[in-house]
This record gives sequence, C-alpha cells and structure tokens, in this order.
Amino acid sequence: MEPFKKTKSIVTPLDKVNVDTDQIVPKQFLKLVQKSGFGKFLFFNWRYDENEHPKSDFVLNDSKYDNSKILVAGDNFGCGSSREHAVWALQDYGFSVIISPSFADIFFSNCFKNGILPISLEQNIVEKLQQESEPIEVDLENQTIKTSSDEIHFDIDSHKKKILLEGLDDIAQTYQFEDKISEFEKQSTVPSVL
Amino acid sequence: MNIVEKILARASGKSQVAPDDVVFAKVDKVMVHDVSGPGVIKVFDKLKNKGVDVSKLWDPTKVWVAEDHFVPSAEKISAENIVKLSNFTKNYGIEKHFKYGMGQYGICHTLSHEEAMVMPGDVYVGGDSHTNTTGALGAFACGLGHTDIAYVLLNGQIWFKVPETDYFKLNGKLPDHVMAKDLILKIIGDIGTDGGNYRTMQFGGTGIDEMSVESRLTLCNMTTEAGAKNGIVEADQKVVDYLSSRGATNAKVFKGDDDAQYANVYEYEASEMEPLVAKPFSPENVAIVREAPSVELDKSYIGSCTGAKYEDLEAAAKILKGKTVKIRTEILPASISIYKRAMENGLLTIFLDAGVTVGPPTCGACCGAHMGVLAKNEICISTTNRNFPGRMGHVESETYLSSPMVAAASAVTGKITDPRDL
Repeated sequence: MEPFKKTKSIVTPLDKVNVDTDQIVPKQFLKLVQKSGFGKFLFFNWRYDENEHPKSDFVLNDSKYDNSKILVAGDNFGCGSSREHAVWALQDYGFSVIISPSFADIFFSNCFKNGILPISLEQNIVEKLQQESEPIEVDLENQTIKTSSDEIHFDIDSHKKKILLEGLDDIAQTYQFEDKISEFEKQSTVPSVL
Repeated sequence: MNIVEKILARASGKSQVAPDDVVFAKVDKVMVHDVSGPGVIKVFDKLKNKGVDVSKLWDPTKVWVAEDHFVPSAEKISAENIVKLSNFTKNYGIEKHFKYGMGQYGICHTLSHEEAMVMPGDVYVGGDSHTNTTGALGAFACGLGHTDIAYVLLNGQIWFKVPETDYFKLNGKLPDHVMAKDLILKIIGDIGTDGGNYRTMQFGGTGIDEMSVESRLTLCNMTTEAGAKNGIVEADQKVVDYLSSRGATNAKVFKGDDDAQYANVYEYEASEMEPLVAKPFSPENVAIVREAPSVELDKSYIGSCTGAKYEDLEAAAKILKGKTVKIRTEILPASISIYKRAMENGLLTIFLDAGVTVGPPTCGACCGAHMGVLAKNEICISTTNRNFPGRMGHVESETYLSSPMVAAASAVTGKITDPRDL
C-alpha cells in the first residue's frame, strides 16, 4: 500500500446522508473481482443516465472537481452491504480522504485496508468544509486540516495512523510479529466457558 | 459481564473484558459466499505476490461456503465466480460448501442455523453484512470486509473493540399479525440507521423468551440496518432444542451474568405493536401500515435471509390461503430444507393456487441481482431488509419493507394492507 502523509486539493462536496455501498458501487459490478478499475463504476447510478451518459447535475461530472482527492459527505457514510468494492472504487477514482460526521463500521475498517483516510468531524464543520471552494490540506502526521481560513484538528487511532503513514498492509504488518504470536500461542491457555 | 463480553473474553483468553477494550479473538467459524469468496481469493493473490504463505488455511473444518447472491448463475460472470469458488474449496480442503443443484443450499444466513453451523457462545464472522443474523443463536456474529476475512482464513483470529451493548426489552407476547419484522422496524425507526453504530443490540424480555428462534433471527438480521456491530439474543433452551432439531447435539444454554451491564435499556410493550412498513428509501422511514400512503403496488416479494424462513412462509400462507394475488408475487424459500418443508406441508400448493411464482433459494432480487428485479417506477412491497435507491433494481424503483404477513396481504389487494383488514 502507498503511504499516506498529506494531501492538498479542493473538496468534492457530496451533500447526501446515509450513502450506502450500493450507491458507491451498484450491485451489477460486484461480480467483477479485479481490485483495480472500479473507479469507473463509482457512484454509477448518480453519475450516468440510462444511456450511460454523464448526468450534468452530479458533482463528479463537474470538471472543477476532476483532480479532487477529498470527498466530503453527509452522515453515516458507507452503510449497507459489506462489499469492499466500495472502497476499491473510491480509491481507484482518486479519493484518498473521506470526511463525514460518521461512518458505517465495516466500511470504516475497509478504508484502512486500502490506504484511504476516513475522518469523522462534527456536523457543522463538515457542512462548512462542503462550502469550501479553495483547496484544503489534510495532514495526517499532525492530524490537521488547513482551509483558507481555519485549522481543524481531527482524531485518529494511533495504530491506524501508523498503518496509513507507513503504507503498511494490516495483514503484512501482523506477519512481522509472527514469531511473537507463535510464542504467545504456545503459552496461552484459553479457558472454556461452555 | 453480558453475553457479548463473556464470549469475547473466552475467545481472547481473558477472564474479564469491558466495552472499548481491544481484544484479539479466536474465531470459531467463518463464512464466505459467491460475492465475498472471489473477493477474498483476490486478496489471497495479492498476499501471495507479497510473499505471504497462502498455501493453507488455519483450519478448513471451521470454514464454510455458501452460494447465494447470483445463483443459480445469473449470467456468465457469476458462473465463472462459482467455478472459482468451487476450485478454492477443493484446493483448500473445505468440505462444507453448499452448492446449488447438489442438495441443501441457500442463503448463507439461513444455512448458518438450518445447518447448525454456529453454536451458542461462538465467535462467527462472515463476508457479508447480514452475518449479524446468527447472533440469534447466542453467538457473537458480525460481518467483515474481504481483507479481514482473508486474514481470518489464514490465522483464525481477528481483533475487535468490545462494543457497548444496548438492551432492547420486549414486554409481553406480540399480538397476532404482528411479527418480529414489525418490532425491528419499530426499533430502527426509533434509533435510526446509525443508532447502533459499532454497538451490540441485545434483545430480551418476556416477549423474546416467547419468541421462536426464527423470529429472533429476523430481529438480529436487521440490526445491520441500524449500523450495529452485532445483534444477539441469549441462548436459552429453545435455541438448544432448535439446534438439536437441526442435527447439533452439543449446543448448550449460554447467557450473560446476572449483574450484566448495558449502556442503554429500551423497553417495548408488545401489546402496543402494530404492523409497520419502512417507506422508500431508508429502513428508518417507518410508518404504521394503516397510515401508510395508498400507493398502487406492482409487486410483492417474499424472500431473503430476513423474510423467507419457514415461519415467514407459513405466515404468508395463512394470508394467501384460498385467495388470489392481484399483483406479481414471488416467494423464494431461503434454503432447500425450507423449500422441502413448505412442499411437504402444502404451503407451495397454497402459493401456486394463489398465483404466486415460487422461485429457488437465492438472494435474488433482494440485492437487485436477478429473479424479479424492479423496473423504473415500479413499486414493490418486500420482506427484505434494505430499501435504498436501486437496491432491488432500477434506481427509480421503490421498495416498502414489511413483514411476510403484510407483504402477503398487500399481494392480495395490490395496496399496502394490514393483514387484520383483509
């Protein structure tokens, strides 16, 4: 996984709450299992009409946001099906930061497996960020978001921060401790309550 | 400790755990299906390229595989995925692979109890968000993404933050014509689709004691729609008897301690409950059926892990007996075992006589995969679990979520109908 330290870009405001993973990647694309190339299916039903022509009123089809790496969405982002394809699509499209007042659990966890930084912030701050027209800078090391007028702190679990900063893969990282794990396993006696 | 804390303490080799503790838990059972399985295989390929040994699984006897989303194969890509999945189970020596066209198969969250794949007190993870369903057997059951499932397959463990538990207490027995589905819709309407985020939703009280295991499965199933980490009911004698009837003789009663702590307690009076629907486009958008909008329905769909267990079909049959459906109606039993019981007990005849199309077990149109997906502007009443835009087909179709009784009554009238008014 590529390390993530900081990124600066304009934000893509997605003014919707409860964005579920079927809106992020509709089910018809779930059968495809390559990890790359899902970007073209991102928000498919919002992006394209029935003839697969871009819908001009959808934010991703506004060329102003073409190079945006930061998606700012409404509450409870990523709810619904556990499909990891949703994160693959966001990443493949070019987003590396997603900001929302809250995230659904499985989606949140899947982000860190794929190098995406999900940031939870207060509702009013998220709304303010959605209005931001100038580029903002997300700095993971210092846990700050710099806007043209503000500096906002965000919280992140220290372990998850390390994973992203060093581009560690959750699984590969655990294997670094294989010796210690085996040693612990030998000593561990798991009591049975059944 | 409450039941979840006890399970996670046992699984992580600790004498005591509390909410917010991070534990590394041994997993007792893991499941993948025809969507998550191929996704996990991809993660394996990636790990292999990085030099991780993926030549064998931690314990193939603890892994089981379902074919449910796109089966019988909806088209050639899903057919390829089934082949991929079959090769995977063969190569890794996984014996519990329920294949369509080869005896028992069905929706994973139905097989988990019909085939007694999970026991009270187990830690059970699955590559599907509705894995929460199986918490009704008194297990800690939750869904994971593909990468986490790959990790569990190789190591048999995974970390969890011990969730805080909210206790939903039902006082008294639900009235006739009110089903577990109505109760869980009521709860989601009250707490919202993020009301349970990273929390345990535990169900108890006299109403739950009275409830069948299948009804409890419906409750736990839709904790996912409240964002919950898991749903759970303590395993009582009913669960033990149920699992025993499904061939597992080693299940034991498993409950929390008497002084178990809960973050919040919500009480519901069964006698006040009414048939409900969740209107488009969110499961929290709940209305009383008698006050629901008078829309012309196009379809009624009785299927999925939420609403096609034997008891669900029995409830629908009660309503449909001797009647004729006014709109297109499909009933898809959730597994072959349920299908067979429905046949033996005459339910299929009732459905067919009413004009219903009876389909094979599959997730089918619940996730908009196949077997009766919705066209633009079509409106469906459905016993499934999600009604997000486009969930069951066209993005401009609409789904009302309901109990099997409401879906059956509505099939007869073509309008959203309270079964008591039929």
